[in-house]
Amino acid sequence: MSRTTERNELAHDSASRAAPRLVLTGRGIVPGRAEARALVTTQTISGWGGIDPSTGTVIEKQHELEGISFAGRILVFPGAKGSSGWSGFFQSSRLLGSPPAAMLFTTVTTKAVLGAVVTRCPTVIELDGDPVALIRTDDWVEVDGDRGRVSVFDAAPTGAGGGAGEGVRVL
Amino acid sequence: MRLSTEERAMRDGDGGDAVAAAMDLLIRYGEGLGAERLCAVKNVAGTTTQPTPAKTQLLREGGWAKAFAVTSLDCDRDVEIPPMRVPTCQLQQGFSADALQITPYNPHLVELQEGAEAFATDRGINILATCTPYQVGNLPVFGEHIAWMESSAVVYANSVLGARSNCEGTTSTGAASLTGRIPYWGNHLAENRYGTHHIDVRYPVRSFQDWGLLGYFSGGLVQEERPVLTGDLADVDSEKLKHLGAAMATSGGVEIFHLPGVTPEASTLEAAFGGRDVPDSVPYTDAERRSAYERLNSNGSSEDVDFILLGCPHASLNQMREIADLLDGKTLNPGTELWVMTPRALRSVAERNGYVAAIQRAGGKVLTDSCPAMSRVAPEGTRVFATDSAKQAHYLPAILGIEAWFGTTRECVEAAISGRWRGELR
Repeated sequence: MSRTTERNELAHDSASRAAPRLVLTGRGIVPGRAEARALVTTQTISGWGGIDPSTGTVIEKQHELEGISFAGRILVFPGAKGSSGWSGFFQSSRLLGSPPAAMLFTTVTTKAVLGAVVTRCPTVIELDGDPVALIRTDDWVEVDGDRGRVSVFDAAPTGAGGGAGEGVRVL
Repeated sequence: MRLSTEERAMRDGDGGDAVAAAMDLLIRYGEGLGAERLCAVKNVAGTTTQPTPAKTQLLREGGWAKAFAVTSLDCDRDVEIPPMRVPTCQLQQGFSADALQITPYNPHLVELQEGAEAFATDRGINILATCTPYQVGNLPVFGEHIAWMESSAVVYANSVLGARSNCEGTTSTGAASLTGRIPYWGNHLAENRYGTHHIDVRYPVRSFQDWGLLGYFSGGLVQEERPVLTGDLADVDSEKLKHLGAAMATSGGVEIFHLPGVTPEASTLEAAFGGRDVPDSVPYTDAERRSAYERLNSNGSSEDVDFILLGCPHASLNQMREIADLLDGKTLNPGTELWVMTPRALRSVAERNGYVAAIQRAGGKVLTDSCPAMSRVAPEGTRVFATDSAKQAHYLPAILGIEAWFGTTRECVEAAISGRWRGELR
């Protein structure tokens, strides 16, 4: 049943990088490795009625991420809410080319776990620290779904291209 | 995850490629949840027919089999889709051809859905086309393990019927329908069904509107957890429980609640908590009721109402009759549309009883299969709508960008007749 996620996997050059500010360990539920800038929200996310899967943009009114896209980002959020269409909408973000690079969430529900599985982005849960509290938007984060390991860096490694605005579409 | 001999055989291809793909998805999902095993289900309620942009793209690439494999099984390979292994129904979907004269819905989407429906019915999926399968003959028995989608149906099945379902998704129900299995996790285990919060209802809850407001408050309070409601509650019926649960699953992610003395897993307050200590209660007074009402009405400013929506979740026969009675001898305001959503099976009974004709005589429309939120469509030019549904008042402003009023069924019908919103919390 192992399925590697290749599309989000970036070259990892450990020689050119500082030590991580923080390492979290947990249980990898979707294999593969991805690294990108984090997008963190303290609010739960709706799938159906809450995101536009064609751009990966959060559309829920008054949501703190309203108008911001998670495409290509490490999406860090407390959990899933709302309709049972959650997983279908996140799967659609992959099929339409705008999935997150990886997911980290706190509350384990059927919606969020099935959503991560069908989005096929590396996902680690049951971390030994709350990712929503410990990771900041724009931190450079490496998610290793094979080993259940999350490394958080203050800045992108040289040459990884983590400049402001990269990977983000603000509508 | 531990698999039985039969499950291992399905995984290894004994039931064909689609069944193997379904088992692969269930294993990835079950292991993600941390489930120890799968459990057998013989009642699946999912959704495979409604048109989506991703499905349109997949259909072009490889026909309906491709669309089903990807969106219902998360499988990239070309596989032949066999008949469903266990009884499976389609929940609400997009509008059908009978809505084209009434709604500004895209005829191309109707055509797409007809293709999907033909593919589904060929494989034994019953097109109930409603968010309330329990209103049209799909009634799981007490304690039965089932695999359902639709948050308002899941909370009803768990709480009111005592069946056991998690809030499943499109791929997990697709996989369940081909294997008769679902992860044994969450609501399937007795210890995860007991109450977590105690709400002491001090404001008298009697009316349909008040049951909805109580639900909207409770969901916001407990989020994904399990409320137990006691106190000044009376005149309960299946419509009110449907509204209560749908509202809880809207403001929060409630999948099971208990009403001691009413719902089957809570003969007493103590039983609702499984014999554990009953937590300190949270009061529900007029202040909480008013706050829930105000939140649901926070998207309304203009009192000129273009559109009235009734029947979310889909209306029962009793609700159809009530609406027909309220409209008796009346005519709708020329600039205001009234849509009543109901399952197609109930519409045929409502026609027989004259309710549909009474609603239509006044200028109202009776629609089936879908709803404005699901099909993302309202009457042309709608800016302000009113509803007796907490769920639609919550979702529709975000989905369609329109103002919302939430009130009683009577206030909604009166607004359809006058064109003006006069609702207030009495």
